[in-house]
Amino acid sequence: MYRSAEELQKSIATYTRELDEKFNGEDGKRYVMLCGGTGCMAANSMGLKEKLESYIEKYGIADRVGIRMVGCFGMCSQGPFVRIFPENTLYRLVKEEDIEEIVFDDLLNGKVVDRLVYEDPATGEKIRKMEDIPFYKKQKRIALHGCGVIDPNRIEEALGCGGYQGLMKALTMDRADVIKAVLDSGLRGRGGGGFPTGRKWQFAYNQDSDEKYVVCNGDEGDPGAFMDRSALEDNPLGVIEGMAIAGYAIGARDGYFYIRAEYPRAVERIKNTIAKAEELGLLGDDILGTGFSFHAHLRLGAGAFVCGEETALLNSIMGLRGMPRARPPFPAVSGLWGKPTIVNNVETLASVPYIFREGVEEFTKYGTERSKGTKVFCLGGKVVNVGLVEIPMGTTLRELIFDIGGGIQDGKRFKAIQTGGPSGGCLTEEDLDTPIDFDNMVAAGSMMGSGGAIVMDEDNCMVDVAKFYMGFICDESCGKCSPCRIGTKRMLEILNRITSGAGTMQDFDDLEEIAAACKTNSLCALGQTSANPILSTIAHFRDEYIAHIQDKKCPAKVCKDLITYTIDPDKCRKCSMCSRACPMETIHGQPGKTVFEIDQSNCIKCGMCLASCKFDAISID
Amino acid sequence: MVSKLNGAAEKQIVEICDRYKGEKTPLIMILSDIQREYGYVPLEVQEIVSAKTGISVAEIYGVVTFYSFFSLEPKGKNVIGCCLGTACYVKGGQRIIDQFSEILGIKPGQTTEDGLFTLDALRCIGACAAAPAVTINGKIYARVNVKDIPDIVAEYREGAVAHV
Repeated sequence: MYRSAEELQKSIATYTRELDEKFNGEDGKRYVMLCGGTGCMAANSMGLKEKLESYIEKYGIADRVGIRMVGCFGMCSQGPFVRIFPENTLYRLVKEEDIEEIVFDDLLNGKVVDRLVYEDPATGEKIRKMEDIPFYKKQKRIALHGCGVIDPNRIEEALGCGGYQGLMKALTMDRADVIKAVLDSGLRGRGGGGFPTGRKWQFAYNQDSDEKYVVCNGDEGDPGAFMDRSALEDNPLGVIEGMAIAGYAIGARDGYFYIRAEYPRAVERIKNTIAKAEELGLLGDDILGTGFSFHAHLRLGAGAFVCGEETALLNSIMGLRGMPRARPPFPAVSGLWGKPTIVNNVETLASVPYIFREGVEEFTKYGTERSKGTKVFCLGGKVVNVGLVEIPMGTTLRELIFDIGGGIQDGKRFKAIQTGGPSGGCLTEEDLDTPIDFDNMVAAGSMMGSGGAIVMDEDNCMVDVAKFYMGFICDESCGKCSPCRIGTKRMLEILNRITSGAGTMQDFDDLEEIAAACKTNSLCALGQTSANPILSTIAHFRDEYIAHIQDKKCPAKVCKDLITYTIDPDKCRKCSMCSRACPMETIHGQPGKTVFEIDQSNCIKCGMCLASCKFDAISID
Repeated sequence: MVSKLNGAAEKQIVEICDRYKGEKTPLIMILSDIQREYGYVPLEVQEIVSAKTGISVAEIYGVVTFYSFFSLEPKGKNVIGCCLGTACYVKGGQRIIDQFSEILGIKPGQTTEDGLFTLDALRCIGACAAAPAVTINGKIYARVNVKDIPDIVAEYREGAVAHV
């Protein structure tokens, strides 16, 4: 239990030294670091850990080698990783059968296992250190500070890695000065809205109320995005610290984390870290003897995308259906239980400690004129390096996709990048040199959004992508206001018609008319922005829509009703693999005797035959 | 009101309600625990929650049906979740779920008659590097190919895969 900042700083000096030793080897030991992010866990990080333990035991070096499981390294498509310190060697795409070699060659004999070292696909050069890989070169971790470095289950490591320095600094300042620092930093809401964080805090600060609340919006629902989850899982104390600074600034004694139930590990980590912080006096009454009291609480989402909207989220915390309400009054005036409340996104709060720990000037070094700092993106889809990326704002889309992302998979052609999820839009070749920031992305016809960045290639049908997002929004519309409830349904019906070959040119006008009605009349942003994916795909890919409508063709060969699978009789080797794979039993022929043929009347276009054919005899038209 | 649940089940629900006695607005926390521990939230369970909290059954039913995490029906022994987040979708996630649907003879959201399988369409599970991803009883299957699906289903049908 720490009763003063001095006491805490004393322990932190020890924690920092202990953490440093895990990287610089000054304690005479070597450390193996494994990535415990979701991507690597899915690729068997735990299996690697067990193998490591057993081989380290077998070779009798357990007293000289430590194993650490840390948070996400970010470069998920190269995972699972094994990193060795103090040499700072990174092994990637490691399999269980590689572990003995790593232990014997590297840990025992100090020889790098060359074949497991990253190879730059562009130059063929072997790159041993993580920092030297192009994927990492243009990144800067502010919101993700500590992620992939500390063991998130050990609060000592979070403290040793700069944790609570920001709060301790803020607690020595006047509350008004704390808000001024956030205003000066130019920090804007990272959940997608881009509202200046300092101004939000100021509104709540100015309210005269006996109770105020800080809410951390961890209802990350944008499909294809997991920035917030990573921050919550990999450095939970960092987010808690940001929340406490916000609480101090506006005069709140309680804060609520609202985290989606689909993120059980993030929930667990936040819960445990809150409990540990309370035990140590880092949360609770009279924190570090400063007179500031702050308690953090946890609430779980229950699977409703609309709860990412702040008024819906507050209703959900209050045990109600998560439906939005009209604003004003804004939550900063009347929020949780009618009290002044600020709702900040996870990444926003995770960025706050840096501003106080390193200073406003250090923060504003990064970013553009009106968008300061960094933004975390989840780069996904058809890009080579799928993963978690934090870049200074002002980085161009081209740098993001080609330098960091490594370009398009399988040598295909870049078609579009979708940002902002179901509320955003897609950007194409012509926008690639746009520096990424809040205003530029909107000007280019999309939005920064919360950080989903899905890259698409020539095999993706843009009408189908628009339909995917509309299906999502239609499902997630809460039904409270009719423009969104009815409008999204009608737009989805039209898109279904187009992709099934029954569209007409009138559909363009209808879509635009409904889109305009949704935009102006919906109650919350979910409905207001619902048509963006349609409007931006029409703007950039009108020809593709027309091909569906007039030629009844899907150029990307995705829309099932507009394609046919056929077997080329010249290429068919009569092996019967396709026929056996067909779930409809609609491919006929005699093995070894006749070529096989698809009976189109029963074909459900599942693609099983195509996947099963070893002779490239099946094609889609 | 006479509960239609057996004594042990009723005791379990009451115990869950009691956990949140000190909370201002505990309904969703109670329902989340019930969903996790009891498996589903049928009407008779809602009635007990109503009696314990004083919140009307109508309001509870409204909340239960609003959030996709709560279900009125029990789930199957094996819950197959196909991720349809954007990253999985652009890599063929729809084909994957269609194939499960075809093999199991159920639509997403349904449970097979023998109670062995429930098929769910999931929003992003954040395993984008594993796209298209499938989770079965919490275990993540990465880069699933339509070809693998019959074998995956067969494995669980035979009970060969230990529960994770």
